[in-house]
Amino acid sequence: MSLLLDAVTVLAVLLGMLFFLAGTVGLLRFPDSLTRLHALTKADNLGLGFVVIGLLAQTSSVLAGAKLLLIWGLVMWASAAVSQLIARSVREDAEP
Amino acid sequence: MNATLFGMCAAALVGIGLYGLIVNPQPLRKILSFNLIGNGVFLVCAVIARKGAALGMAGDPVPQALLITAIVVAFSASALAVALLLRLFEVSGTTSLDEDSPARTDRDGQPS
Amino acid sequence: MSVVLDLALILVILALALWVMLARETFVAVTSFIAYGLLLTLAWVRLAAVDVAMTEAAIGAGLTGALLIGAASRLRKSGYTLRRAQASLPRRSLALAVSVTVSAVLAICLLWLPEPSPTLVPEVTAAIPATGVGNPITAVLLAFRAMDTLLEAIVLLFALIGVWSLAPNELWGTRPDVPHHADPQDVLAYVARVLPPIGIVVAVYILWVGADHPGGKFQAATILAAMWLLLMMAGLVKAPPIGRRALRAWLVAGPLVFVAIGVYGALSAGAFLAYPEALAKPLIVVIEVALLPSLAMTLALLLIGAPRGASTP
Repeated sequence: MSLLLDAVTVLAVLLGMLFFLAGTVGLLRFPDSLTRLHALTKADNLGLGFVVIGLLAQTSSVLAGAKLLLIWGLVMWASAAVSQLIARSVREDAEP
Repeated sequence: MNATLFGMCAAALVGIGLYGLIVNPQPLRKILSFNLIGNGVFLVCAVIARKGAALGMAGDPVPQALLITAIVVAFSASALAVALLLRLFEVSGTTSLDEDSPARTDRDGQPS
Repeated sequence: MSVVLDLALILVILALALWVMLARETFVAVTSFIAYGLLLTLAWVRLAAVDVAMTEAAIGAGLTGALLIGAASRLRKSGYTLRRAQASLPRRSLALAVSVTVSAVLAICLLWLPEPSPTLVPEVTAAIPATGVGNPITAVLLAFRAMDTLLEAIVLLFALIGVWSLAPNELWGTRPDVPHHADPQDVLAYVARVLPPIGIVVAVYILWVGADHPGGKFQAATILAAMWLLLMMAGLVKAPPIGRRALRAWLVAGPLVFVAIGVYGALSAGAFLAYPEALAKPLIVVIEVALLPSLAMTLALLLIGAPRGASTP
């Protein structure tokens, strides 16, 4: 049973790392701020989500799992709000 | 043990911060360098705490508690330094402490 | 395997530190400093210092990063260009020589540390049951080295007085200006309405759980300060005028309670900040709860800075 849990953790964290890699490559290679924001959301939602799912398989209590899910939810929510603010300031800078 | 590795990292951080402190004439960069040196010193303290692990505790708690104090005091020193920097900028219109630094330009981009 | 992990972490930390020093634009340097601070948090965790990691993430990376970004953007808004100036070659070679020497000496001293290294863990383990707390760091901060924590709270107040004293004479006692968006339909206003209740719950939880697990009042105070800053930056509350008596009373209340308990300890247990045997845990809780609002307000006010006039050059 613990072997299965460990396998799930390794697989999920690897998938999460893949999305983080994709997000980082997008951040470095995309031409302007708005497209880079689009790339970063992949890292935040899917990357962090898969890492959290992988870690859920290792928790020992429901409370610890709930805390992990709360962290994921807060990060997604905060990054959505901050992306809106960054995009708005980019647009305000663009139009004179 | 990994404590020695982090000790080398701490020595390198102190060196990098010291280089930046001497070379950059802008006060904001000096504040950044000061923070880097401080973090290097904190890392040395944490290495010493890690080496003191015994009896089931993974690290000596006395240096670690002093580190928490140190991080807070370093923040307050940075806050005071930034306040001084902003006041210097308000009063004199420039943040450079070097008289003949080429970084001084006013709002039109002309060197002043 | 863990050696590879540590090595990778150290390499990225050093690369970011180099980038902080060598970046051409100051704004880029400050942003890499924040990333560097977050990676340093992982370094603390690898060194088994979890309380320090939380404090570094909150204050070292979070508050210091916000402070420096605020300064950089205030300078940039006033039209001042912030490019890195290239120093002369003799100065750079001197700096390189000095920094390499200092690093080498420090590295050699670290390799010469005594093995097994002297440690205070036996004394701490023997004395912890008397304090009633389970987290050894909280015990050290509030029972064995309580004097250091008291002096730290007072140093924070002194720094705040120093920052306030930089206000122009005619603006003494007025409100500091916080850059904010005043639009009530803004995303920022929405975030500032939803997040503070969650933040307050998390802060009180971290304060309470700090007695037996990693946590404590510094991390909790930073979260509360961040919530207050968010409210001010969204324009939902105004920054308090620094001359207001209630504000000053709240700021000194924490250290005053601490000093009062110290004097009580001097009268009843024989030394300043000694705790009577049965009252150790309640007194520690009282100190933590009393210091929390003072610390939160001091940290937030340190970040906002002094009142400044509308006449920016």
